Amino acid sequence: MGSSALSARSSIKWTAYIFITVASILCLVPFLLVLSGSLTANDSIVSEGYNLLPGDWSLEGYRTIFHNPDKVLRAYGVTGLTTLTGTLLGMFMITMTGYVLQRKDFKYRNAVSFFIYFTTLFGGGLVPWYILVTKYLRLTDSLWALILPGLLSPFLIILMRSFMSSMIPDEVIESAKIDGAGDFLIYWRITLPISLPGLATIGLFLTLHYWNDWYLSSLFINNPDKYQLQYYLYNVINNAKAIQDLAISGVTLNANLPMETTKMAMSIIAVGPILFLYPFVQRYFVKGLTIGAVKG
Amino acid sequence: METISAGAAGTQTKEIRTRHRRKGLLYDLRKNRIMWLMVFPVLVYFLINSYLPMVGVYFAFTKFDFNSGLFGSPFVGFENFRMLIKLGALEKITINTVAYNLVFIGLGNAFAVTAAILLNEIAGKFFKRITQTVMFLPYFVSFVLLGSMAYSFFNYDSGFVNTVLQWFGMERQDIYNTPAYWPFIITFFYIWKNLGYSTIIYLATVVNINQDYYEAAELDGASAWQKIWSITLPLLKPTFIILLLFAVGHIMKGQFDLFYQLVGANGMLFNATDIIDTYVYRSLKVTFDMGLANAAGLYQSFFGFVLIMIVNFIIKKINRDYALF
Repeated sequence: MGSSALSARSSIKWTAYIFITVASILCLVPFLLVLSGSLTANDSIVSEGYNLLPGDWSLEGYRTIFHNPDKVLRAYGVTGLTTLTGTLLGMFMITMTGYVLQRKDFKYRNAVSFFIYFTTLFGGGLVPWYILVTKYLRLTDSLWALILPGLLSPFLIILMRSFMSSMIPDEVIESAKIDGAGDFLIYWRITLPISLPGLATIGLFLTLHYWNDWYLSSLFINNPDKYQLQYYLYNVINNAKAIQDLAISGVTLNANLPMETTKMAMSIIAVGPILFLYPFVQRYFVKGLTIGAVKG
Repeated sequence: METISAGAAGTQTKEIRTRHRRKGLLYDLRKNRIMWLMVFPVLVYFLINSYLPMVGVYFAFTKFDFNSGLFGSPFVGFENFRMLIKLGALEKITINTVAYNLVFIGLGNAFAVTAAILLNEIAGKFFKRITQTVMFLPYFVSFVLLGSMAYSFFNYDSGFVNTVLQWFGMERQDIYNTPAYWPFIITFFYIWKNLGYSTIIYLATVVNINQDYYEAAELDGASAWQKIWSITLPLLKPTFIILLLFAVGHIMKGQFDLFYQLVGANGMLFNATDIIDTYVYRSLKVTFDMGLANAAGLYQSFFGFVLIMIVNFIIKKINRDYALF
């Protein structure tokens, strides 16, 4: 009896360690492949193929990009600007809405919640929305076309609402009202500071969305100077012309550009900041998600 | 995850309710004007961004003309839909969308539940933290990077897969021209990207299970496997069923980014990989066939909505708390 329980316990331990280790390795391998490709000499990729470890170390991919960095830096700038604006504006609007929707004395909170929520159930679809943005709002080639569509998601508003109602006792708001604080002041001075963890979570969601977005550029932006970073990367991976433009602007090229390694170097440059920040922010993300999953 | 309770709180007395009826929305707008002001931008946002396009479903019944706008385009009834069916496109993209989503739901949840339970069994704190961090990492990277990873694995000339095949003296494979491989590739990358995220959702439930159950089971001499089988899994069932139903409600909605970044405009693979979302996008941006794009889009929205209604009805029957509305 005792020995069988013991062996079962150790067998599950083994299973757990093996499964999780294999899953983790599989999660890392594609990153490794891209990273090693970005550090390998192009000739070596062409003759030997991509490999998990650079056979022939070289930085020529990165050199090609930084030889003429204007375009990359501009794409970085566009993404940086939209991420910053979108995240800050989005956080402000989402927390404000979440706060009003969890105020028990706001009589229409359920009606307003449903008005917001219904948009996740039924939509007009891509085409009417595309016509609206291009023909009626005339946002083609405007940075607002990259910022506005991702600004508010019903999911984040509902998440914030349930987070705030679980964090903030009604008595606190009541007593602040008795002390004569206005609705906005209560939000700004009391609710926001208490909701910091939730704020971190939605801030991360928004930042991720804006940083990783390529779709809005592909829909609404025709001017290459306003491409988001990821869409710029998409073009580098998918057409050789983008690499030529990158290396020698305006001059027709010699045929010997290090195409393959440049694609991978560009991938690493585009994902860099996320990889760098990720270990620091991951904790908050998990915490927020857990709260959302359990409470929501 | 996302629940919403409709209807006002049922605890109000009759007297208060009649007073509310006398003092309607206009009164409330004045009384709570600050709060109304605070949600006003958001209401306008959704009105424009989400509700206005709903009017635009009318486009699906017209021969769209970009210059004459909403009501200037000639009305053609169901012509666009007829065309869509005649081309055989509708059937293909529907089957693909639903089939892929079923596989994603099944495998995605199975792997996530397994990972959550096994992570919970691991005692080493450091090992647990590192692996969880690594498994969650793919969720944070862009789909464009996914496309570049796939390229480095599968392209004919220098892809890693062909490198390995050559080591073993096997034939090179032209993967980007072989549709049969792609359901597996796309499914792999879907799970790769989402495993960490779904694992965290399940782990939140697993960690919160009352330890007394396990202690009681241990006294009865249950093995670790038996405990998982008779305690953890049954307690995960509610979470699982709800997530499953939500997913079924969204079965018409494909993972556009995933498919587009992996397959793109590669016509060779469309039979095996074209879903409603990629079809609509291509009709809009590549072939400029507004009629087909509109018809396919409305078809998706409409049946998606019907499905969600059905799913919500079922959830209500099971457990009112989890109902969407």
